[in-house]
Amino acid sequence: MSHLLSPVFAAGFFESEPVRIAAAIGTLVAVVTALVGVFTVMRGQSFAGEAFGDLGTTGGSGALLVGVGPLGGFVAGNVIAAAAMEAVGIQRSRGRDLATGIVLGAGLGLAALFLYLYGSEHSTTGTTVSILFGSIFAVASSTIGPVIGLSAAVVLITVALYRPLLLSSINSEMAAARGIPVRLVGALYLLALALAAALAALTIGTILSTALLVGPAASALRLTRRPLTAVLTAGAIGIGAMWLGILLAYDSYSWPPAKQGWPVSFFVVTIVFLVYLLAGLPEARARRRGARPAPAGERSAPGLEG
Amino acid sequence: MVNAWTVGSIVAVVAGVVGFFTVIRGSAFVAHAIPNGSFAGAAGASLIGISTLLGLGVFSLGGALAIGLLGRRGRHDVATALALVMMLALGALFLNFSVEYAPEVYSLLFGEILGISPNELVPTAVLGAVCILATAALYRPLMISSILPEVAEARGISAFRMELAFLAVLALATTMTVPVVGMLLIFSLMIGAPATARSLTDRPPVAMGLSVAVALVIVWASIAASYTTNYPVGFFVGTASAAAYACGRLYSAGGGRRVRAARREARRRAS
Repeated sequence: MSHLLSPVFAAGFFESEPVRIAAAIGTLVAVVTALVGVFTVMRGQSFAGEAFGDLGTTGGSGALLVGVGPLGGFVAGNVIAAAAMEAVGIQRSRGRDLATGIVLGAGLGLAALFLYLYGSEHSTTGTTVSILFGSIFAVASSTIGPVIGLSAAVVLITVALYRPLLLSSINSEMAAARGIPVRLVGALYLLALALAAALAALTIGTILSTALLVGPAASALRLTRRPLTAVLTAGAIGIGAMWLGILLAYDSYSWPPAKQGWPVSFFVVTIVFLVYLLAGLPEARARRRGARPAPAGERSAPGLEG
Repeated sequence: MVNAWTVGSIVAVVAGVVGFFTVIRGSAFVAHAIPNGSFAGAAGASLIGISTLLGLGVFSLGGALAIGLLGRRGRHDVATALALVMMLALGALFLNFSVEYAPEVYSLLFGEILGISPNELVPTAVLGAVCILATAALYRPLMISSILPEVAEARGISAFRMELAFLAVLALATTMTVPVVGMLLIFSLMIGAPATARSLTDRPPVAMGLSVAVALVIVWASIAASYTTNYPVGFFVGTASAAAYACGRLYSAGGGRRVRAARREARRRAS
């Protein structure tokens, strides 16, 4: 039986400790990012989600410089950035991405400075590359507790905000008319996003952080209009992409060109990307059959479509 | 050192012009995503031994095309995010197989304006001229399509074609500026300067001119500061762009535009 499966599951896969750790971390992060990601896509905040991943670089390099652990740096940096974005005016539908961009630019400028200052005594290029392109999947045992705690906090905030967040994401004027404090809800959501991206970027890398926040949720929202179904679907896609990506990365150790393995992030992102394309097929088919006229590409309006 | 000022000025002009359209089209994310993702192209080029600039250019245009196509049917911000991570994932793949890539990385990321050689001057100037000329050629339809999309459609200007054209110009602009200002910071110049200009004036041609002026000030100040302190240029560009934007917001919040408009109105009535 194992002979039949061995082309798929390379030898030692199920026994490997790093694989188990990666799968556990991947599952946890996929669940958290699916929940926050659905709201992120609905609110058109993919840039903020991506920016918080990049801003982790600032927090992380600041932490390096000061000599504290990276998790604190990632979280503190992102929370400060979220406050700055909120102050600049990220909740206005016009100029929302401008607010994100300005804060991100300042943040990355600081990252440049921190890495330069750190690098005057240590070698930085390896650090820079691994921060930007690495997919880490190894949590220092001292941070396992805080990572789980942080994940719980994100889930709690989002679940507590669920209904008002949903209503204000779909139609903020109507939500305000119903007495929902739209600005406050939006600010708390942004905090949840900042924390989710911090823990994702730290554990699985900035590339996968963005990919998991946006991809599975966008695919799910293309397939269903019901928010809860979307969250569950996004979670399933995220977990599936992670596990399959880890498996392929493990198998790739025997692949050309160098028999050193291909990176997990490459597989996971490719899977997430392909799923998004596939999720767009039903609507494309309906459009071709003339069910409804082709819509112009949506730019920034909130709504339920992916 | 003269090279730094010259090349920096060219970069500032292009950033001011192309950035103006970036801001009015709300494409800040795209301006960040294209150079960010094109970095993977530089890694791939290094891997197979061809020019980094070529790798940057190919991935910039490829990324722009992907964003345009994906954004046609899906949400625009989702399209940008997914195109970006796909490019970055390819970059991770290329870097995985590269043995040494280290020296260029820092300067490609954060800018190395002080180490610019004379033979980078001509390509930068040529590419910059192409960007400006392309923007000039597209000016009217692009303006209408960006500000009044329904009017544009009524006049037969395809929104999709304008989007693709704009994205191509943006890709070209970021490709030529990345080696100078750095991949991570070119977008902050490209949105900070025009955003500041738009806080100061409503009228598009004036705003574009101001955008170029602000960009020049930011770049010159950053070069000078980097030369003096040895800190990376990218740090100054990023923070100066944010500071300029803050000043612009304070000015418009203080009613500067309204006051000037009211004064203009009073003068007109008096004459």
